[in-house]
Amino acid sequence: MAIQREFLESIPYFSGLDADELDSIGSHVFEKTVERGEIIQLEGNPAEALFFVASGAVKVFKTSAEGKEQILSIVRPGESFNDIPVFDGGLTPASTQAMTPVVLYGIARDKLHTILREHPQVALNTTRVLADRTRQLVSLVEDLSFRHVIGRVARILLEHASDGKTPRPRLTQQEMAALAGSVREVVARSLKALEAEGAITLERHRIRITDKKALEAMVEMSV
Amino acid sequence: MPEMPEIDLEKCDRCGLCISVCTCGAIVLIRNIVTITNTDDCGWCTWCEAVCPNEAISCSFEIVFDGGG
Repeated sequence: MAIQREFLESIPYFSGLDADELDSIGSHVFEKTVERGEIIQLEGNPAEALFFVASGAVKVFKTSAEGKEQILSIVRPGESFNDIPVFDGGLTPASTQAMTPVVLYGIARDKLHTILREHPQVALNTTRVLADRTRQLVSLVEDLSFRHVIGRVARILLEHASDGKTPRPRLTQQEMAALAGSVREVVARSLKALEAEGAITLERHRIRITDKKALEAMVEMSV
Repeated sequence: MPEMPEIDLEKCDRCGLCISVCTCGAIVLIRNIVTITNTDDCGWCTWCEAVCPNEAISCSFEIVFDGGG
């Protein structure tokens, strides 16, 4: 349990707890290993547990009716997923898949209720975690709902494109996100959308603007 | 020599997530240093950049107009 206690200590849900409390909570934790590529949960299913990533990386995504995947977040060691459905009793709003071999620590829903009753500090920490999660999701919804992000990405591409004579600095998706006031995942989706609309092609380490007028139109539409 | 992702070793804490997520074997640990090896198999999926918690890996894009660059 020593390793688990050190891990639990680092989790925001269990912040401020002493060793006895952490050991008590640790007794409710189960371990689950997942292979790379394995689907951990499908969108729309009941949530079996609150999961914490101990090692590896998990992607949280939604799939549209046309089969397009939108990554909402990447969950890294020390972070959690299933927070919302495990507390509100609803179905999982997104799917989760292992990007690498993953070790998860999970707490089943009924055990979580026991923990909340027995450890008021955990209940307090939980409100803070969920409030923070809500804020992140509201921001993501805004980015995904409005075309102004695609327009901003289109403008960034136009402003940073080289005509072949004058070299321009290269950009990572993270840098584009910072310039667009958004997040990497939304920029990645915007680039795919621009490619689907025929305005650009995505090549290995190169974005080729194939329809400059289409990009300019998107900039105009987003204003 | 193919273009490869770049790693900032000052930001890298050797968590190993990039190595785990890479499906083409381009990222390895050599003498405890995360190293990008040259391989034509790298498809520029940018997953290594996405999973890094410290933004230590960069998969940058050149942006060009069709017919130029």
